[in-house]
Amino acid sequence: MQTTFPRLLQMHASERPHAPAMREKEYGIWQSLSWSDLSAMVQQLAAGLHQAGLRRGEHMVVVGANRPRLYATMLAVQSLGAIPVPLYQDAAAAECVFPINNAEVRFAFAEDQEQVDKLLEIREQCPQLERIYYDDPRGLRKYDEPCLASLDELQAGGKVFVELHPDFFASEVEKAKPGDVGAMFFTSGTTGNPKGVVHTHNSLLNRARVGADFDKLTGSEEVLAYLPPAWIGQNIFSYAQWLACGYVVNCPESAATVTIDMKEIGPTYYFAPPRIFEGLLTSVMIRMEDAGAIKRGMFHYFMDVAKRVGPALMDGKDVGLGDRLLYALGNLCVYGPLRNTLGMSRVRVAYTAGEAIGPDLFSFFRSIGINLKQLYGSTETAVFVCLQPDHEARADTVGVPCEGVEIKVADNGEILVKSPGLLKEYYKNPAATAEVLTEGGWYHTSDAGFIDSNGHLKIIDRVKDVGRIKGGANDGAMFAPKYVENKLKFFSHIKEVVAYGDGRDKVCVFINIDFDAVGNWAERRNLPYAGYTDLAQKPEVYQLIKECVEKVNADLSVDALLAGSQVSRFLVLHKELDADDGELTRTNKVRRGFIAERYNVLVDALYEGKSSQFIETQVKFEDGRTGKVSATLKIEDAKTFAPVKAAA
Amino acid sequence: MSKKIGDVILDVKNISLSFGGVKALTDISFNVREHEIRSIIGPNGAGKSSMLNCINGVYTPQQGSITFRGQTFGHMDSHQVATMGIGRTFQNLALFKGMSVLDNIMSGRNLKIKSNILLQALRWGPAEREEIMHREAVERIIDFLEIQAYRKTPVGQLPYGLQKRVDLGRALAMEPQVLLLDEPMAGMNVEEKQDMCRFVLDVNDEFGTTVVLIEHDMGVVMDISDRVVVLDYGKKIGDGTPDEVINNEDVIRAYLGTSH
Repeated sequence: MQTTFPRLLQMHASERPHAPAMREKEYGIWQSLSWSDLSAMVQQLAAGLHQAGLRRGEHMVVVGANRPRLYATMLAVQSLGAIPVPLYQDAAAAECVFPINNAEVRFAFAEDQEQVDKLLEIREQCPQLERIYYDDPRGLRKYDEPCLASLDELQAGGKVFVELHPDFFASEVEKAKPGDVGAMFFTSGTTGNPKGVVHTHNSLLNRARVGADFDKLTGSEEVLAYLPPAWIGQNIFSYAQWLACGYVVNCPESAATVTIDMKEIGPTYYFAPPRIFEGLLTSVMIRMEDAGAIKRGMFHYFMDVAKRVGPALMDGKDVGLGDRLLYALGNLCVYGPLRNTLGMSRVRVAYTAGEAIGPDLFSFFRSIGINLKQLYGSTETAVFVCLQPDHEARADTVGVPCEGVEIKVADNGEILVKSPGLLKEYYKNPAATAEVLTEGGWYHTSDAGFIDSNGHLKIIDRVKDVGRIKGGANDGAMFAPKYVENKLKFFSHIKEVVAYGDGRDKVCVFINIDFDAVGNWAERRNLPYAGYTDLAQKPEVYQLIKECVEKVNADLSVDALLAGSQVSRFLVLHKELDADDGELTRTNKVRRGFIAERYNVLVDALYEGKSSQFIETQVKFEDGRTGKVSATLKIEDAKTFAPVKAAA
Repeated sequence: MSKKIGDVILDVKNISLSFGGVKALTDISFNVREHEIRSIIGPNGAGKSSMLNCINGVYTPQQGSITFRGQTFGHMDSHQVATMGIGRTFQNLALFKGMSVLDNIMSGRNLKIKSNILLQALRWGPAEREEIMHREAVERIIDFLEIQAYRKTPVGQLPYGLQKRVDLGRALAMEPQVLLLDEPMAGMNVEEKQDMCRFVLDVNDEFGTTVVLIEHDMGVVMDISDRVVVLDYGKKIGDGTPDEVINNEDVIRAYLGTSH
């Protein structure tokens, strides 16, 4: 049955008014908000916004971290038939100008002083921006800008209105149809301006329902919402599926307390991009290295057992009695406590998406008994396109098409999708819409991949990035930069990689070390270093990275398709690639073209065969100031292997 | 951006302090108005910390008087000072290193706790209610200083910048009317300094707390102070708004030196 967001709220509020809808940790205590409280809050906010002049079809920006009132505001906006536009809370002020002007936004919700400052900074560029409502009044007492008002005032005004017009809310909610536009998400975009992805109530809620049915989610799930609400992944998991299932969304106290909060809440349904899992594994490994000999020995012994037995158990395969007993003992001594420390004791279903996940990383979590699976989707498809069923999770595929989805592979290898969850259009951008939505309702994902023999979808790279080696020993070989980058990134010492090779005679890469992991590695070897730049250029670190590169080369040499993509030369960058410098997107994907331009002297040095290169780079600090870092970077050659034809 | 600065709350008159033959302070007079941020600056050894120590009763000046809210004292008694609502932080942190952040800040509530030690030990009846009330006050401070992630961490394990924040938190826990801050930003990096500035401004703004600040970083002082006193070799050489002080020739001479 098709429905809308506000109707689902009404349903939960009338069917189970006292059940908790959200929790937020404040002053050290988890404070619950019931469905009826939430519904009252949404009604008041909606009435307040109506009085302020928000009209059907208009857009309203919401920017901030996961807070009950942020989600309540989104619901209030939708109740009035207006469209919430969540923006990334860590975006720089200038990045907010385009979305606000593009969607002609007059009203904005800002979480706190930081977000208010940002919006005030760009007010001159966004003349139509009339009102900014803030949630947390801290530090804002002295602001006397007339466009500012607190959410409390808005809600209080709305309360009076609700008392005078008790039927207003219900009649407004009734007017909205499932096919109306429900929300708009701006995609970060690796080139050009961001695009507003327009979704209807139905496209989001249909996918939310399908995902929930696939994993049999109920109203008793617990979810921790800690990723940006502007990311469709978070929005689906803590908003669309929250309303579809009626489970509890928990908001952490602050970004720094997520691990503590996660342990307290014990979520049953968990979703995170691979880099979060990577961070968890790195922190576990670092702590184990520093642990006593007995604990360390026990950990390594039982992790070996887990590696051998865990995934098989998870996949429901037959396992011998001895191994079963050993695994049970390991569960008692290591896996159980470890899951508890990670806050994953109660996780029933965990998903990772957004990027490829390393096989070691993936199997680590599965081997200690966490049902980690992959899914495939994007902002344009309202997330759910492919999902891995419970006993068929694999690191190198992204699962089978879920209910309602049709998949087709185009001649150029591009994956085309047809699904009820597809975007309606890109806002005010018919040209871009026509590019991705073609005849017959097929959406062009711009991912290259194929369906394997088990019916699982496998992704190789972005279609436009797949290139060819030109000249040299591997002339004409296929080059998939992302594939190479991911293989390298699967090593815990490597944080980010940028690979070049299309139209060139060999593959060369920039590497970003993982400061925590390599720093800890250096400390254990009594290797002194002064900071990131210094550590990155240590000969010992180069040797460490070189070993990783050569392992990847050995691995690639047996790949029938990509043996020519082996890495010939590499360098370690002197600074971390950063979204503030425009080197990564807000979702932390490398912007290869931009980086090539910014560091073109380094690219040239790699291909000219130089052994070192001086570079000075401007960096932007979080407060908007700029500074310069300079360094002379070493460049090293890596051993490559003759392609081996895998035995048939 | 206007804030209400009230009447004189703390008036220091003709204070002189010497240790044997060393004159730490000579005839210093200045006042502090309610709700303002008043800074004391000066080169090393100028007598800034001695001045604070006179105000909160650690040192007893040989001459002069201090008037707080209309009551005049020849010397201040530390315990009495705290009861009257003057809190302070220390230049060289004086926290309980082995105790958690929560307990350290809770110790700042000491003067506010009414129930006797026996009831507290049994955590019975009124003592329990009282503890909950104080815990709530402490939690608000933790929230205010954004140290929720370290609630249960022993203070000794925290980096220096965070320890400074805990120190401020403990001083705030006694809900002071006047807060004496002894170099709250010493030894911090730029980011930590910015955070600390924001907290000092927010304390002043949200709670209306009067702040007396000793600080070396001129940028910080000129940015956030309402008025500044300048000391040099135990003597007052300047007093006024940041603009006035920065153009005062004696001040320039003390900081930059003169050609001989």
